[in-house]
This record gives sequence, C-alpha cells and structure tokens, in this order.
Amino acid sequence: MRPPANEGHPVLDPVLAAPFPQAAFTVLRNTQLRKNVAHATDVIQGKRNRLVAEKADWQELRSAASAVRTHVLENLGHYLEQFEERCTAAGGTVHWAKDAAEARAIILDILREEQASEVIKIKTMTSAEIQLNPAIEAAGIKAFETDLAEIILQLGDDEPSHIVVPALHVNRTQVREIFARKMNLPELSDDPKELTAAARTFLREKFLRVPTAISGANFLIAETGSVVIVESEGNGRMCLTLPRTMITLAGIEKVIPRFHDLEIMLQVLARSATGERMNPYSSLWTGVTPGDGPQRFHVVLLDNGRSDILARRGERQTLKCIRCGACQNTCPVYRQTGGHAYGSPYAGPIGAILTPQLMHLEHAQTLPYASSLCGACYEVCPVKINIPEVLIDLRAQVTDKERDEERRFFDPMYLGMRIANFIFASAGRFRLAQRMGRLGLRLFTRNDGWIHSLPSLGARWTMTRDLRGLPDETFREWWAARDRKGE
Amino acid sequence: MRASLFITCYNDTLYPETGRAVVRLLERLGVEVEFRAAQTCCGQMHANTGFRTEAYSQAKRLVRLYQDAETVVIPSSSCVAMIRDQYSGLIEELGNQELREQFAALLPRVYELSEFLIDRLGVDDVGAYFPHRVTYHASCHGLRALGLGDRPFRLLAKVRGLELVALENLDRCCGFGGTFSIKNAEVSSAMLSTKLLDVQKTGAEYCTALDNSCLMHLGGALHRQFAAMKTVHLAEILASTEADLMETTP
Repeated sequence: MRPPANEGHPVLDPVLAAPFPQAAFTVLRNTQLRKNVAHATDVIQGKRNRLVAEKADWQELRSAASAVRTHVLENLGHYLEQFEERCTAAGGTVHWAKDAAEARAIILDILREEQASEVIKIKTMTSAEIQLNPAIEAAGIKAFETDLAEIILQLGDDEPSHIVVPALHVNRTQVREIFARKMNLPELSDDPKELTAAARTFLREKFLRVPTAISGANFLIAETGSVVIVESEGNGRMCLTLPRTMITLAGIEKVIPRFHDLEIMLQVLARSATGERMNPYSSLWTGVTPGDGPQRFHVVLLDNGRSDILARRGERQTLKCIRCGACQNTCPVYRQTGGHAYGSPYAGPIGAILTPQLMHLEHAQTLPYASSLCGACYEVCPVKINIPEVLIDLRAQVTDKERDEERRFFDPMYLGMRIANFIFASAGRFRLAQRMGRLGLRLFTRNDGWIHSLPSLGARWTMTRDLRGLPDETFREWWAARDRKGE
Repeated sequence: MRASLFITCYNDTLYPETGRAVVRLLERLGVEVEFRAAQTCCGQMHANTGFRTEAYSQAKRLVRLYQDAETVVIPSSSCVAMIRDQYSGLIEELGNQELREQFAALLPRVYELSEFLIDRLGVDDVGAYFPHRVTYHASCHGLRALGLGDRPFRLLAKVRGLELVALENLDRCCGFGGTFSIKNAEVSSAMLSTKLLDVQKTGAEYCTALDNSCLMHLGGALHRQFAAMKTVHLAEILASTEADLMETTP
C-alpha cells in the first residue's frame, strides 16, 4: 500500500479523507506522534482510572447517566421544543439547521448582521464537524480559537486529534516551536508556565477586543432553556462574559431534561474526560441577562444526520455520547494511530461509529472496521454505549451495501467469505476443505513446520507474523481414528 | 457427566493438540466426552466482518446440532462470546420462534473451558504438572465479554511446578481481532508490537491463554522473531501431568 499523496496537513473531512488503513499506514511511521499519543493517553487514562476507582457507586452512576441519555433520545422532539420555548422566553434566539451547510449559513448571517470582522471561539468539535472556520474565513472574518490546544493547532496549521484534548498529539517542545515562531518569541522556553503565559498574553488582547463569540455546548437543559459549557482554562468563561454576542452551535442530541440531571452528568463527564472530580469551570447561562454577559444570544440546533441515526433502533445509542473521550484514551487502535487517521474531528471508537453514520455510510465506510472489537471502549463508556455492537451493525450495513456491487464479486475478502460460508454449511465440505488446505499450504510450509510467507490476503498476515503449517491430522480425524480403535 | 466438545473450526484445523488436551483433561476428571462430527463453525468470522445472513446460518446449525447435549464445552473464549452476545440478535432478526426457544434452552448449557472446570465441575486443582515459567494473556473476549475473572488464575495456581509471571497491561488487546488483522494489518501489527513488549518482559518460557486466536497472533510474531518463548493453550498445560507430559509441537 502506498501512502496518500496529500501527506502533510491532516484531512478531517470524511468526504476527502483517505481510507483508514491507508491513513494509518502513513501515521504509524510518525514515531514522535505515536510517542506523544501513547504518553498523553496513558496519563489521562491513569487519572480517569484512579478517580473512577474511588467511586464505590460508579456502575450505578453509569447506569443513571445512561438512563438519562436514553430517555432523552426516546423523547427528543419534546425536550428540544421545551428547550426552544424556555430559551426563547429568556431572550435567546433558537435556529434549526438540518445540515452543515444550513448551520454555516445561519451563523454567517448572524455574523454579517453583527458586522463582525473577527470572532473568538470556545473549543467546539461540532464546529469542526460543519467545517465552520474555513467558511468564516472565506467570508473575510477572522476566527480566533481561545482554547489552549486549539490555539496550538490553529497557529501550527494542524487539526484536532482528540475530542477533549485536541492537541494531544503535540508535545511541549513542539508547542514551544509553534509559539516561538507564530508569536515571535524566540526566547520562549518549553516550561509549561512560560508557554501558558505566552498564550494568555496572546489571548487577553483578543478577549478585550472581539465582541462576537462562538461556542459549542456540553449540555442544553430543556427545563430551564440553559446552555452548559465545562472547561479547564477559563477561556470559555471569558468568551461568555466579555462579548456582546454569543452564538452557540449544538447537536440536537445535547439536550438533557432537567437542571438536576447535571448532578449525574457532570460527575461522569469530569471523571471520564479529564480524570478530575469536577472540571475547573462550569458555565451555565440562560438566554440574556441585562447588564451581565452577552446581550444577544443565538443557539443553532444542528441535525446533520442525527435524526436518521435516531430512527435506527440498534444504532440510536450512538447519540447518547457526551463527548468525554474516554473511549479514545483506552482504545488500543487510537493509541497507535492518534486521531487524524480517522479523517474526521470525531476519532477513536466513538468516531468510528458516529462519522460513518453522519455521512449516511456514503463515506468513511472503512471506519467501522478500524477496531479489533476488544470491548475496552464499552467498558469505560460513562453512558454505556455498546460501541462494539454498533460497529458490528455498521459492518453489516457496509457489507449489505457492497456485496452486490459487481466489482466486489472477485474481491478476495468477499469471495473468501462466500466460499467459507459454503464450506461451513456441511461437515463433509469442511473435511474436504481441511484436506485441500493442508495440501495447498504444504507448498508454503518450510521445513521447520512454519509458513513464513503467503500470497494475496495471506501476505497481510505474514508481513509481520509467521503461521504454523497445518498439522497432518485435524482434530476430527484424530477423534475418528480413536473411535475406530475403540479407545 | 457428559460434555459435548465444540472444538471450533480453527482449533480443529490448526490446533488439534488443544482439542486432544481437552479430551485428555476432561476424561481424567471423569467426564464423558463426545464429539459431534457434524459441527463446523460458530459464525463469528462472518458476523464480525458484517456477513449477517451467513453468520445466522451457522448459528442455526450450531443451535440445532447441540439441542439435546447435556453440556457443550468450548475451548475458545471468543467463540463462546459469539454465542452469548450475538446469537440472540441474529436469531431474533432472521430466525423463527422455534429456533429462539431452542437457543434459549441451550444457552445456559454452553461453557467456556475454565467456566466448565470451575463452575460446573467445581475443581480448580486438576492434578496438572507443568514445570515452566508461564505468563497468562487474558483475551479480550474472555476478560470482558465472558468476565472469566480469576478462573484461569485459580487453575494456574494449582498446577505443580508452574511459576506464573504477571503480565503488565493485562487488559490490552494483542491486535488480532479476526479479519481486523488482515484489513488493518499495519495497525494490528503495531498493537502486536506494543503487546509483545509486555509479554517478553515477563521472561516467561510460555505465554498461555484460553483462546488460540490471540495465541496464533502472539505466537506468529514470537516465531518470526526467533524469540525464546512459545505460546500454548491453557488446556494443554492443564492436561499435562508427570506421567503424561505435554505433547511437543513445532
């Protein structure tokens, strides 16, 4: 396999991204990135495990969080309408966007109305999902990310690789290089204190100058019409207090019924996401309050394929996700490749099920196969999304879609699966296949009894692994012989 | 007690010594072992690759075949997990009421080998002798889907002469994942190389598990590297006694 031609800048657009195996092939050779990812995921996962272990009722909390999210999805229309009504009553304006293009258009209209030439942003993966920044820039408006990780990526012309820790693949030395170059600070050291101080100075001026802000949402509360943002750096709090106008972009699944559901959701989120008992900043706001914070407030509720996911009974659970990233940190695949190989802002196990569904399985069809089905993601998921189950469901959908395509008829994987099924349908055929396989593989078996090299799909195995040659006697032959001897 | 051995397609073909060891072990413990020659595959490969209809037809075959079996013993945790986690969905979608009932009746009688020994027979000391340094790899399906817990460790602790070395990062996948190792061979190999760091650090002579598929993966790489370690299914360790030592295989 050859590395993709567009090596360099990561592509997080599922329409344009290389298939996962091909993208992974390139990224696996980046030893610096693999070291950074392994180190960062180890640290976060270690903290998460310690804090989960101290909660004797963790499994009950998980069940409660899962129940809240399941209930919301079963009554999503009701809670969204309630949210709209309460948010509007509190002075907010609610917009509904059926897809990415519509969401971008709504946001651009608001920005034009505000006569904005600049906008400050709180970290939002939904914004990356609809590719908002390029659209804003194309309209001649400058977007400034304010989350430390997002600044690193924006200045470094890079893309997020994790939903909670977007610059997880970048280490301190690399951050220093980016800051020194882009902030023109040649004397900067890689001391975390100095680096944050540099970012702080860089940001302060923007907070004080730019009157328009864009955020995502961790939760929307139907009961009160409030929006909730949790964060660690205080940049969100700045964006929520200084600007004149706030635009919140949120997927329709982000709603929760009641204010007091936060008791459960914030506990599982902080522990799962960053390994903290509580996140440093939790900001809640409801519409507009005269003399306090943004005086114009818009919420853009984004569907972009979510209704279709909701309509599917097996896959609906995908929308329970609260974007904690715990599945990414524990995933043995993600830990090798990092996020960019997934070709979407949603990487790791949750990305492997969410992205192809958001794309109506027209793109990102290789993502459901980007898993060994080890189940570590399901084990840590604070809202109990059975990711392996959804992965298998999606594989079945991909297979059903592809299997009748003429060009797949002689595809070795499809051909092999059809032949295997024919063989497994009869013990007689299976015995015959075992004998033929033994004879055929003898050609490849060396005198140590092992196979070191195979052709076709087998080469994908023998590229790094030997295979023991088939024994002279299968188990069933041994059993039959033993039976005959009457042992 | 009668146990019907579902050997699994790949053990039958690639690792018959594991099947022979299960027979030797169970017969030594007084279990009457039978083998139904009509068996082939549980359907896991097809199911996990997205071929649901094919997986269903194999599931149907298996359920019908073992309807009247007293117990079914399977020396492969991933195949047991296939039956426990995926059969009901397949049969619900593609099967009829009769098959649903047959499956519900069969399910509680299906055992993974260590479950059969500890839960059904109530033994952890099977009288085994294996004078080697061994590390145990918890296959993902055994660990998470079946929740085998301390069963394999209880069995290993009673093997005379055996020195057990703990494997770090026990919960981490070896990267096999069935057709994943082919479709995503590069990532699978990267996962394998990470896993092998922990495995080789144990300094064990043997790496054991309750699933030959992980062992085929780990063992294939160990062999490629001329490493001083072999893989062996736990059944073969448990079958080994002073009078009847483990078979040697290439």
